[in-house]
Amino acid sequence: MHGAEWGVIFVGLLFTGVRLAVPLLLAALGETLAEKSGVINVGIEGMILGGAMAGFTAAYATHNPWLGAGAALLAGVALAAIFSGLAVVLGADQVVVGTAINILALGLTGVFFRALPQLSGASAAAFPPLSLPFLHSAHASHSLTAQLASVFLEQNALGWLAWVLVPLSWLYLHRTRGGLRLRAVGEYPEAADGAGVRVERVRIGATLAGGALAGLAGAYLSIGYTNGFVENMSAGRGFVALAVVILGRWNPFGVAGAAFLFGLAFALQYQFQATSTRFPYQFFLALPYVLTLLALLVRSRFQSSPPAALGEAYRRG
Amino acid sequence: MAETITQAARILAALATAFGLTLLVILLAHQDPQAALSALASGAFGSPYAIAETLTKTIPLLLTGLGVAIAFRARLWNIGGEGQFLVGALAASALGAYVLKSLPAFVLIPLMLLAGSAAGALWAGLAGWMRTARGVPEVISTIMLNFIAAQLLSYLLHGPMQERAHAQPASEALPLTATLPSLWPGTTLHWGLLIALGMAGVVAVFLFRTRAGFALKLVGANPEAARAAGVDVAETRLTTMLWSGGLCGLAGAVELSGVVGTLYENYSPGYGFAAVAVALLGRLNPWGIFASALFFGALNAGSGSMERSAGISANLSYVLQAITLLVLLAFQWIRWTPRRVIVPESTP
Repeated sequence: MHGAEWGVIFVGLLFTGVRLAVPLLLAALGETLAEKSGVINVGIEGMILGGAMAGFTAAYATHNPWLGAGAALLAGVALAAIFSGLAVVLGADQVVVGTAINILALGLTGVFFRALPQLSGASAAAFPPLSLPFLHSAHASHSLTAQLASVFLEQNALGWLAWVLVPLSWLYLHRTRGGLRLRAVGEYPEAADGAGVRVERVRIGATLAGGALAGLAGAYLSIGYTNGFVENMSAGRGFVALAVVILGRWNPFGVAGAAFLFGLAFALQYQFQATSTRFPYQFFLALPYVLTLLALLVRSRFQSSPPAALGEAYRRG
Repeated sequence: MAETITQAARILAALATAFGLTLLVILLAHQDPQAALSALASGAFGSPYAIAETLTKTIPLLLTGLGVAIAFRARLWNIGGEGQFLVGALAASALGAYVLKSLPAFVLIPLMLLAGSAAGALWAGLAGWMRTARGVPEVISTIMLNFIAAQLLSYLLHGPMQERAHAQPASEALPLTATLPSLWPGTTLHWGLLIALGMAGVVAVFLFRTRAGFALKLVGANPEAARAAGVDVAETRLTTMLWSGGLCGLAGAVELSGVVGTLYENYSPGYGFAAVAVALLGRLNPWGIFASALFFGALNAGSGSMERSAGISANLSYVLQAITLLVLLAFQWIRWTPRRVIVPESTP
């Protein structure tokens, strides 16, 4: 292969990587909010799956991707409401409740998908890529810069939302009173409580916001990047997003970087499956999960600590 | 005693509520709940064959449930029962259908079961090591290892372990000498039931009668206190993961040798996930887990027949599992006394 071909592969990889990073980023930003408030929500996997199904069904029925995204968001919030009712209000173990939510979403989407046969193999009204006006003229030139511009700038509405939320969530967490309260609740709930912060209320809010973003991540899967729903289509992305939060050190910018890297890992799957016969394809299918493990293993070199009260239910004494 | 009765009442009430909610789901999916229920019941208890099927499905659930429960007792979230189940079956198949297939049954079967347990233990031990040596949360690592195990299985079934005709991604079938004997001739029930019950006894003795079991409990309740009491917390966590994965791997080997014989993709119908519900419904107690494995075994046997005759996705058994779990958690944590008693320390 000569230089030009590698160039095509590289641009293709970046193009797919940036897009596959979006669902990870949406889910991981939501999880960052929840974890900063002291709640570890393993159930985002199920919330992504629920969002994918609800979003696809609504977009299919209404021919409107925005209504699809709204339905996906609501599905995520509904599952997050069950989660926070049990894990935050009643203080049941967060990992156990999250696992139950995942099983619930897997079962419910499976049952309803079977009950609605018109959905299988169908396509719905999906989000079109938003092309910026100056890109049209750039496209004509076919230069590398033009191609790179389309890699980063030709995203659909949900893609734009994900990248815009990165600085916004950082500003919220570190430059607003609400963000300060949220972090205080995650670090030292007793003190926050003493200072008059409603610990439960803050945690429920953060968990619901996380569920909403996970739902949108699901919509991105079924009516964003691809168009269609298959059973269990979240395929572990929620769990990868949990790792992305750790690797991004609970900081939205770090999370964005980690999500981008894992987007590339998922993209490698498609790229190599298409071009390489030297390796068995299962190797590439396993790659994102192997990379997640390796990344978590080497992380401790530059470790930062998680929120101090992460995973602990808070009860007023 | 009163405690036990309240506990039992809570579990029954949770089950009843879960059934009610699941019926609601059936109605919402525009299916006929009566047809669904009668198909479910006849598939689980309708005939001697159905009862044997229920008991057969209980075996892997009991073993994986025990495995998950050991880890949960030490507050280690092993959600990787699925992957450990798969590598256990892989190891058993490699020995039974390939490497040692000419050995006589009384040597071969024990070796297969041992190999399955060892493979599962190693798979979970990897996550245990990552936790103790590098602080990697086992929730994430065990789940990642599930995905990796599924791809490993797929690779082996398309490559080195594919059956001779190369017609489909499946392993060579086990020879008769590698097959667990039938326990109830004419039905699916096999000796695995006795193995699983035996393991429940072993786990009960381990948890309640040995120092190691006590150390495990201490680490789960309060790692700081355990450390102060001279328990090696890291070592306890690692051995707990080995035990936990070993039981899940054994489940994979027993299922292969007792029921399936041939490995294929999607070999496990979610036993590793069901194990979480089984263990928690059984209150992490070996005999409680036997009861809940029976319950979920009946559910699995019934939901298969429900899918065939009433056309409802067998995923409904996931729904019922999850709802049972959620309702149980809600019932467990609802205190029947006011939750917040505010005692003013002093009045100014």
